[in-house]
Amino acid sequence: MKIILVGCGTIGATIISSLVSEGHDIVAIDSDADFLNSITNVYDVMGLCGNGADSDVLEEAGADTADLFVAVTGSDELNMLSCFLARKMGAKYTIARVRSPEYNDKSLGFMKDNLELSMCINPELLTARELYKILKFPSAVKIETFSRGNLEMIEIRLKSDSTLDGMSLMEMRKTHKAKVLVCYVRRDDEVFIPDGNFRLKSGDWVGITAAPGELQKLFKSLGVYQKQAKNVMLLGGSRTAHYLADMLLESGGSVKIIERNPEICERLSEALPKAVILNGDGAEQELLLEEGLRSLDAFVSLTNTDEANILLSIFASGQSVPKVIAKVNREELVRMAENMGLDSVVSPKAMVGDVIVSYARALENSKGSNVETLYKIADGKAEALEFNVRADSKVIGVPLKELQIKKGILIAGIIRNRKTVIPVGDDMILAGDSVVIVAADQGLRDLDGILR
Amino acid sequence: MNKRFVFYMLGRILVIEAVLMLLPFVVGLIYSEASTWWFLLVSSATFVVGLGLMLLFKKSDKTLFAREGFAVVALSWIVMSLFGALPFYLSGTIHSFTDAFFETVSGFTTTGASILPNIEALDRCMLFWRSFTHWIGGMGILVFMMAIMPSESGRNVHIMRAEMPGPVVGKVAPRVRETAKILYLVYIVMTVVMVLFLWAGDMDLFESLVHTFGTAGTGGFSTRADSIGGYSAYSQWVITVFMLLFGVNFNLYCLILIKRIKAAVKSTELWCYIGIVAASVIAVTINIATTMANVYGNFSDVVRHSAFQVASIITTSGFSTVDFNLWPEFSKMILVVLMFIGGCAGSTAGGLKVSRVMMMFKGIYRDLRRMIHPRSVSSVRFEGKTLEKATLHSVNGYVVVYMIVFFAIMLVISLEPFGLETAFTATAACFNNVGPGLGEVGPAGSFAGFSNLSTWILSFAMLLGRLEIFPVLLTFSPLTWAKK
Repeated sequence: MKIILVGCGTIGATIISSLVSEGHDIVAIDSDADFLNSITNVYDVMGLCGNGADSDVLEEAGADTADLFVAVTGSDELNMLSCFLARKMGAKYTIARVRSPEYNDKSLGFMKDNLELSMCINPELLTARELYKILKFPSAVKIETFSRGNLEMIEIRLKSDSTLDGMSLMEMRKTHKAKVLVCYVRRDDEVFIPDGNFRLKSGDWVGITAAPGELQKLFKSLGVYQKQAKNVMLLGGSRTAHYLADMLLESGGSVKIIERNPEICERLSEALPKAVILNGDGAEQELLLEEGLRSLDAFVSLTNTDEANILLSIFASGQSVPKVIAKVNREELVRMAENMGLDSVVSPKAMVGDVIVSYARALENSKGSNVETLYKIADGKAEALEFNVRADSKVIGVPLKELQIKKGILIAGIIRNRKTVIPVGDDMILAGDSVVIVAADQGLRDLDGILR
Repeated sequence: MNKRFVFYMLGRILVIEAVLMLLPFVVGLIYSEASTWWFLLVSSATFVVGLGLMLLFKKSDKTLFAREGFAVVALSWIVMSLFGALPFYLSGTIHSFTDAFFETVSGFTTTGASILPNIEALDRCMLFWRSFTHWIGGMGILVFMMAIMPSESGRNVHIMRAEMPGPVVGKVAPRVRETAKILYLVYIVMTVVMVLFLWAGDMDLFESLVHTFGTAGTGGFSTRADSIGGYSAYSQWVITVFMLLFGVNFNLYCLILIKRIKAAVKSTELWCYIGIVAASVIAVTINIATTMANVYGNFSDVVRHSAFQVASIITTSGFSTVDFNLWPEFSKMILVVLMFIGGCAGSTAGGLKVSRVMMMFKGIYRDLRRMIHPRSVSSVRFEGKTLEKATLHSVNGYVVVYMIVFFAIMLVISLEPFGLETAFTATAACFNNVGPGLGEVGPAGSFAGFSNLSTWILSFAMLLGRLEIFPVLLTFSPLTWAKK
């Protein structure tokens, strides 16, 4: 597919890196030649220096023949304008990053329709939603939802004293009697798609799918169940904090936000009358302790500096806050933070990349592939793909235990009539189902591709 | 420095060269020449060495940075020339290996300088290979490799930059591989058209092919010692036009291909190139018509010869229809200046390139204006866009390095007992990939009289010129290979 991308900042670069590895033809536009150079030196894309809302530049980039046009510059207005122009020139689909809260209320729909935007993405809102999901179920370090929320895959980390250490998956199912399915195990730099004989180790990151209610059962049985976090402290009054506080307050929680800039505090207190807004430096440990750090359910650090987020989260973990989440954008630092003992790390940049890649994949559906959605899981080392089962598929009507499935591939869930089946050997895939497949090898394009 | 990957890429290049070497073998079979078996032998040997390198270094890290790009390109060209010289040497066509290497480098770098005094005596398969190297070298073998083989690394834009001539290398398609494919498509189509044109004239198919290869790569090897002089006026005009066409930036042809003719016609480099050619043809025509009226019969001959020589020299091809060594000094001087200017960036021609010369002059103009208005702020514009300072700097830097290297080479060449004119033009002809110079190395002469040392130095000069100095210099600099 031919994709044009405007804005080569950190998010732009992440998107380009994922799209290039998917094999798309990409033209990158940015007004800063240095940014462009750093991109074209590393990725096989065409760089164009100029304003993304300049019709000459768009014409040179070939907007008239583009399949997908993505605008992710720092300016909402520029993004919308360039998407609008590209659409008028003939680009088939357009995606704009629109992150200002003013645009993200009721006006969004009107704007989307009239600017003919295929999608608006708001990294801050995406991040806030992700954080909210984790805070609702704090035993998980990460939660992915598939098939419009019908199937959830959660990632947990086995603590060093976990009772699951050394246990095989078969034994786990027997002892804990919960109907869960382990989809992948990430250990150090490797990802395993496990079978029944696979033995877990403490320190593993484990991805699990389960029917509703079964997960609570497992965690209670393991003794690691945590209730929904109600009392939450947010560090940094960014847009993400704003969105997240909104969601938490709506569900009846209590929220404290610490922000250094008095003007931002002022604005937040106007917008979120129910929240406690504190003007102060989050790096001051005194302040954190004074505001009841030790009695919190969860601590989320959302400042603009990755390093500060990591360090303060480590401090909060040390003060035995049950759930600590850090926002870390830079990929290298994510890994370091995990090694330092932070379990829950969210990366807005990577999330946006995933959203756009799955959109691009969905567009390709019409071109032979029938991947409905694609998610990068296990730190980007594996993929979860959702397929609609077509009537001519070879996997229909055969019990799963009799299917000759390739190594490194697992059927994580079958969604039939909006009901989720966590599959066991006797289950069958039927036409019209949605199936979620977990694969360690990348680039699966068709459901029949899982067969040997 | 990722040495393993560099060696792996060298292996790939050798495999491709081995396959290409089968073409002269087939030509030799058609004309049933005994020497053609050397091609089969050398091709097999090259294939084995190449495959060996590939297998030996298969498991290498595939990341490619700028320094690996330089090294891959420079070493490929050297290794390619070493293996390409073997058929000439082993078959006894050329007696010394130094000379065989010179002839092959001259072929690949599309120079067309020859040490062979008697070309007519060569076997046809040898002639074919000699000219075919022009065709391969014209657009670049690494670009060819990218076009036909799936890429191993996402960063092969570094290779393309190192191999394609010109101050800024632009892509015409989002991906390097697509760009390489389009460039070769244009190249092949133009080659085929030209062969048909020549074949329709007084050349047979073999001669048409050889001269087309020489023109397409802007090389200049011919089948005859008097170059194109013995062919009809029609053939001479066809070659004149195609030489000029191959001296144009290929990106412009790609623009025409994707129906953006307006953008192509707007290119200031193109118009400057046309302007230089037109002005030179007029100046040379008047000069010759007034001083040598008794030598060339009628005026149309004068125009044809001037146009042919000007086109041949500015595109750095090096064909000739007359011995321009006998021309008046003014005309010779124009030709020498044209040698340095060369063709457009992104073409198969050598020299400094028209766009670089234009940028340099625009920079000088800006500096002069600044002397009069010390506080003026002005930017240099080129092709409708403001030139980045970095580009302007690199152009100036390139010209300085170019002059230093040029005079260093000339210093060594002046050890030869041939006088300044020969030393200067021999260096200029090799360094700019033109081919023939003036004096001893004029169109009627050859490079046969040079000592071994000079021959090696001039071979090196041709490589420096074709790859635009830096890849070769950096590859032989310890900085590139240092661990840090």
